[in-house]
Formats: sequence, structure tokens, C-alpha cells
Amino acid sequence: MNIAPKLLLGQPGDEDGPVFDKAWQAQAFATTVMLHNRGVFTWTEWTAALSREIKSAQASGDPDIGDSYYDHWLNALERILVDKRITKPGQVSDLTDAWQEAALNTPHGQPIELVRPT
Amino acid sequence: MDDDHDHGSELSPMEAKVRALETILTEKGYFDRKALDEIVETYETKIGPRNGAKVVALAWSDEAYRERLLTDASEAIAELGFTGRQGEHMVAVENTEQVHNLVVCTLCSCYPLPTLGLPPVWYKSAPYRSRAVMDPRGVLGDFGLKLPDNIEIRVWDSTAEMRYLVIPRRPAGTDGWDAERLAELVTRDSMIGTGLAKTPAQLGTPS
Repeated sequence: MNIAPKLLLGQPGDEDGPVFDKAWQAQAFATTVMLHNRGVFTWTEWTAALSREIKSAQASGDPDIGDSYYDHWLNALERILVDKRITKPGQVSDLTDAWQEAALNTPHGQPIELVRPT
Repeated sequence: MDDDHDHGSELSPMEAKVRALETILTEKGYFDRKALDEIVETYETKIGPRNGAKVVALAWSDEAYRERLLTDASEAIAELGFTGRQGEHMVAVENTEQVHNLVVCTLCSCYPLPTLGLPPVWYKSAPYRSRAVMDPRGVLGDFGLKLPDNIEIRVWDSTAEMRYLVIPRRPAGTDGWDAERLAELVTRDSMIGTGLAKTPAQLGTPS
């Protein structure tokens, strides 16, 4: 197996190193660092959660060539927040659906807002 | 609402999930927009492989610093103000005439953030993570690096507790250069081990 194309393509043209592809990736990364700084979890717990997530994604067929890294990252963050009882299982996916629904109901170009039922 | 798609906005599943987490964390009092923006800005602009390059260049030009770096890399790197918020232990591994070092994280993608910033896409890829251990010479070949057969390749597998920084060999023709000038020769890949430092003739070319 020759991995050269995968290694060298997809690599940002980066004298200065990689930055985030998308804003949500930056937020997922920074949220994790922020929660770690606040003592919500240790970095060892975090890397364990991330490797678990990557392994399970590979097991379900993700070729895992690096472009799905932040998907794994965000899923791991969801999992660790459930483990730490900051959120309940299912709550994140319900809210994710609610945000997507809110987006569909928001005219293009206007800020998307989520109105929570009280 | 009508079914005219042009009138709605769209969030990808991952964009929506980030917002969902933000909603939850805000309600629980864990979310701090200002702290978050500072972290992003720091990683986008201040922390990057230039930090590691300064460490390597100083080791090249200051023998006492080189010894401190090889003895206790965490301490020596902290001297320059680059400290890990993850608290991991840093180890510097030096390339020599006989040995070339290569860093990988087979488990996930542990990476020395304070010295190198965020990892490149290929570092996080499964092919790199698995092949760096099984076939390091082949991987180096993919990066265009052909090493003589008599050079031993040592592969270092990072963990959550232990991160590695490769000290590449100082290029010839740089006698008398100061650390600032030397730092320009140190590429990110040379500190992971998938490349060599630039020669003076290569300065100004992409790494």
C-alpha cells in the first residue's frame, strides 16, 4: 500500500503548520481545552476518550485518513461529557436536531438562534 | 413554512452538534466565550512549529542548552516559555550520523502542542499511524526522504504522558550562524522526523 498521495495531498500548504479547516473544528478543539483547563477532565482521560472514538469509527468502516479527525474529536467530547454527567445520553443529539431545525427556519444570511422551550 | 429550500439556512451535522454542546455547556455554566476565543487565537497564531524551531536552533548553537534539552526536555523547553497545558512530559531525541528518529502516535494523534502547534492532517491519518511503525523507511520514502541503509531508524510512539521532539542534524555550511538565523532552517517535518532541516541553499523554499 502506498500512502504517499494521502500523506501529501490533503496536507495544508503549510510553512506555518496547520490551522482549522472549519470554524466548528476550532470551537470543538478549544471547547475541549477550555473544559480541561477548568478541571472537568484530565488530558489523559481526554486522549483515552479520543482513541476509543477513533477505534470505534475505524471498526465501523471509517478509512480514517485524517480528514475525519475532528468528527472523532467532537464525538469524543460528547461521550466524555456524558461520562462526566454534564449531559445525558441523547441530549446532545436532540439539541443537534433542534439546531438543524432552527437553521431550516432561519432565512439565509440571518443569525440562527435556538429558542428553547421553557 | 413553505418548501422553498432557498429560504432556509443550513447547519451541517457537526456544526449543529458544536452548537448543541455550546447550549448545554452554557446552561451548566461551563461555557466562556472569551476564554474559548483566546484559545483558538493562541493556537492559530501564537503556537506553532516556530516554537519548536527556536528550541532546536538554540540546542544547535548552545552546547549547555543542548545538554539540558537532552537531559530534561520539559524543563529546557519551559525555559523558553513554551509550556504544555496538557502537562505531558517532553523528550528530545537527537538525530546523529548513525540514528534517525521518527515520531508517531499509533493510539490516537498525541502531538507536542506547545512546540509544534496542531498536528498536520497526515499525522492524524491511520495509514501514517500504522505504517510508521511497521515500515518507517517506506514512510520516509513517501516523504521523499531516502536514508542510507546504515542509518538506524528509531520510531517513538507518543502517549498522553510522553511526547517527543526530534532534534534534526544541523546542516553543513552554517558555522557561526546565530540561533535566530538557524531557526529558519528548522521545519516542522524535521522535528517529527519525516524530513530534514533545510540547507542554507534551500532557505526560502517551501518546507
